[in-house]
Amino acid sequence: MSGHSSYVPKTGIERWLDARLPIVRLMHDSAVSYPVPRNLNYLWTFGGILMFMLVAQIVTGIILTMHYTPNSLLAFASVEHIMRDVNYGWLLRYLHSNGASMFFVAVYVHIFRGIYYGSYKAPRELLWILGVVIFLLMMATAFMGYVLPWGQMSFWGATVITNLFSALPVIGETIVTFLWGGYSVDNPTLNRFFSLHYLLPFMIFGVVILHIWALHVVGQNNPTGVEVKNVQKDTVPFTPYATIKDIFGMVVFTFVFAYFVFYQPNFMGHADNYIPANPAVTPSHIVPEWYFLPFYAILRAIPDKLGGVLAMGAAIVVLAFLPWIDTSKVKSMSYRPIARQLFWAFLAVCIALGYLGAMPAEGGYVTASQIFTVLYFGFFVVLALVGIFEKPRPLPTSIADSVLANLKGASGVQLATAAAEPNVKG
Amino acid sequence: MKTSTFRLALTGLATGLALAAATVSVQAAEGGVKPPAQHWSFSGPFGTFDRAQLQRGFKVVKEVCANCHAMNLGNAVRMRNLAQPGGPEFTPGQVMALAATYQVTDGPNDQGEMFQRPGRPADPFPAPFPNEQAARAANGGAFPPDLSVLAKARTYERGFPTFIFDIFTQYQEQGPDYITAVLTGYAKPPEGFPPLLPGQNYNNYMPGHLIAMPQPLQDGQIEYPKGADGKPQVPETVHQYAEDVSAFLVWMAEPHLEARKRLGFQVMIFLAIFAGLLYYTKKKVWARMPDGSPAH
Amino acid sequence: MQRNSIVAHATDTTATGTTRRDFLMLATGAAGAVGIGAVVIPLISQLAPDAQVLAAGAPMDLDLAPIAEGQAIKLFWRGKLIFARHRTKKEIDEALAVDISTLRDPQTDLQRTKPGHEQYLIVYGNCTHLGCVPLGNAPGDPKGDFDGWFCPCHGSHYDSSGRIRKGPAPLNLPVPPYAFTADTKIKIG
Repeated sequence: MSGHSSYVPKTGIERWLDARLPIVRLMHDSAVSYPVPRNLNYLWTFGGILMFMLVAQIVTGIILTMHYTPNSLLAFASVEHIMRDVNYGWLLRYLHSNGASMFFVAVYVHIFRGIYYGSYKAPRELLWILGVVIFLLMMATAFMGYVLPWGQMSFWGATVITNLFSALPVIGETIVTFLWGGYSVDNPTLNRFFSLHYLLPFMIFGVVILHIWALHVVGQNNPTGVEVKNVQKDTVPFTPYATIKDIFGMVVFTFVFAYFVFYQPNFMGHADNYIPANPAVTPSHIVPEWYFLPFYAILRAIPDKLGGVLAMGAAIVVLAFLPWIDTSKVKSMSYRPIARQLFWAFLAVCIALGYLGAMPAEGGYVTASQIFTVLYFGFFVVLALVGIFEKPRPLPTSIADSVLANLKGASGVQLATAAAEPNVKG
Repeated sequence: MKTSTFRLALTGLATGLALAAATVSVQAAEGGVKPPAQHWSFSGPFGTFDRAQLQRGFKVVKEVCANCHAMNLGNAVRMRNLAQPGGPEFTPGQVMALAATYQVTDGPNDQGEMFQRPGRPADPFPAPFPNEQAARAANGGAFPPDLSVLAKARTYERGFPTFIFDIFTQYQEQGPDYITAVLTGYAKPPEGFPPLLPGQNYNNYMPGHLIAMPQPLQDGQIEYPKGADGKPQVPETVHQYAEDVSAFLVWMAEPHLEARKRLGFQVMIFLAIFAGLLYYTKKKVWARMPDGSPAH
Repeated sequence: MQRNSIVAHATDTTATGTTRRDFLMLATGAAGAVGIGAVVIPLISQLAPDAQVLAAGAPMDLDLAPIAEGQAIKLFWRGKLIFARHRTKKEIDEALAVDISTLRDPQTDLQRTKPGHEQYLIVYGNCTHLGCVPLGNAPGDPKGDFDGWFCPCHGSHYDSSGRIRKGPAPLNLPVPPYAFTADTKIKIG
């Protein structure tokens, strides 16, 4: 899509600037005239929502840093100081803590959308891999952020997760000592986690720019998976079409976000994290935040320490290989009857793993975790096989054709109304 | 195709919510009985604290709980908080007088010595023991937890699917329900329960049923403000005391609860209107392609 | 002119549609602006002093008796440095003798002390130029050309009433709010 630029500087200042630093041209080409497929549904607004959440997290985070103290003796009290004394401190802190959860809600929708519509397939492999990198950085950031209030869950979460590295043979113990900066999770650990928690979001921001760059080179995928053939007929300019739709999506998302912040601010947290860290007492159930639960279930499903860590790592890394695992030429699962069923099964498996990750690691829960872990990896194997023999439904010849077909398919009486709200009706 | 898109969106949302909710279900400790839900004035989207109840709750805390439990959490909680809006709202004069009844260690002075002075509203609530070791020594090895955020630090398992309904009913009073239940839940151990050791007490709602704290409240133990007829405005019973303490602890743990819910309502209304406007603007924009043909 | 007539023509043909669209856009834009404005409120107001800082500004008692004549002490109230000086007879007389019409920031010595306690001068201890701490409290310190304080950073001279007499500072050292509760006891704040 990186065709020639349609930007024409109008004023003298614009021309002067354009000859020296064509930043306005860059903005115009990537956010105004950039062509987007005209048939994108609301799932495509989650990219914009994620950008919004990243900025919101960085802004609230920088502000919380102005009042927070990264010291194991003072951290818990400084969070309470924010909650009680700082002007709107309670709001900023709840925005940040719930914002992390909502960030993951959005990223999971974004990822599953990518899987359903085959957005990882050529020529978007690198775009997808950059996304996996962002996901990994997000997990690291969220984990280290959760340690900062220095409550019981912070402390024991840090202990358990850093101990994962001790599973590595020979060098494991040394790595863990280096992570801790001591012989246990303590003040040095808190300080370095704080430093990295501040750094990583900016690294995420950097990778996001690469992600968007890669996106704008190859252009958006779309629900049909058919590439843009005629820019005039198949696409609309980003502004105002995509902008207004993205903003609408953001505001609806913010509505849900605000509901949690104002009415259920601690719903997604753990009560135990309101108990100051105590190295002598482990809470009865150690569970990570909800967004880590599926991976945590996979970790616990394997009865071997190193095996569990490797399985958990593989569960994430395998995503990066999806472009080559999926053998089908057809992108969108809307046209792949078997793969589509497989997709919903995979989603169900992930939810089940999430549930099991929250359950105590005993008895039937362990067995169930093992079964679902096999199913999780099984999805990728079956997906590779299905692509070989599956007979896809006929694809529309172009994006414009599929839109027109839908238009005719609609009742036809109120053409204008149908045209205006195709996606909301579902 | 459109149906599946919609289903995808719905399921995606459900995934997030279900996963989020699943964590809540594992908080509870085993061996406890589910505490009965009480009626709280601060529950729901428009909940506010009952000032009189918070003031009674503080009286119980001051006369009973504070003998063993600290309530300052690294000096984050101060006596001046008692006068701030949205709380018990004692007058600044009352808080000044209350603070002055405590002796607070300050210093060092010009001679390098610590000295005692009457408390000020800006001081933290004085702790009953200088450190955890002293508290344990005085309480048979048990450490009475700090009360500042206790109402948010205690919960019980809601179970599936109740925890999902909780999102919409806005039930989040596990803490005060649990605290009320424990304070009123002292009983004789049932037949067959292993004999209690010294320093152990039996409680219906404590996880594992063993609690180090002896029954702290008795009927009539604390005098409540009298009405015009000379009778207490509320019954002076263990259950009433327990509810009042729990309500006070909720305020102590979440002092800006009222402001939060009030601002929340304004924000939700605004977002709903804004989303509506955006929806129609979006519809207008998408009515036509740039060349004027129907966009969909 | 040509351009205008084209616009006018276009408006005519789609009169109702255009106005409705314009109004909708305007309302949406306005709501967005209100929303962004509202978001900025907590982001800015968190910078203001928090409740703990405000509460720490409670009035403070100070006993002046230990300060010997000709000496001064430093103390902090609300995190700000304060000088409490027990002036000599000579210093008081000098301060009273000044013709205030010659001063950059005209104030009489009586306006800067409490009646009956003229020997005590209580002032904030940061130079009004750029906030350095002037010298002049300890016995060996330079006191400037006017028996008061001398700021080493940029050379401001204050007299024995804490008034600016020479150098770049624009104002006298301000007097904090205080009152005598007894002969030698004050309450600041």
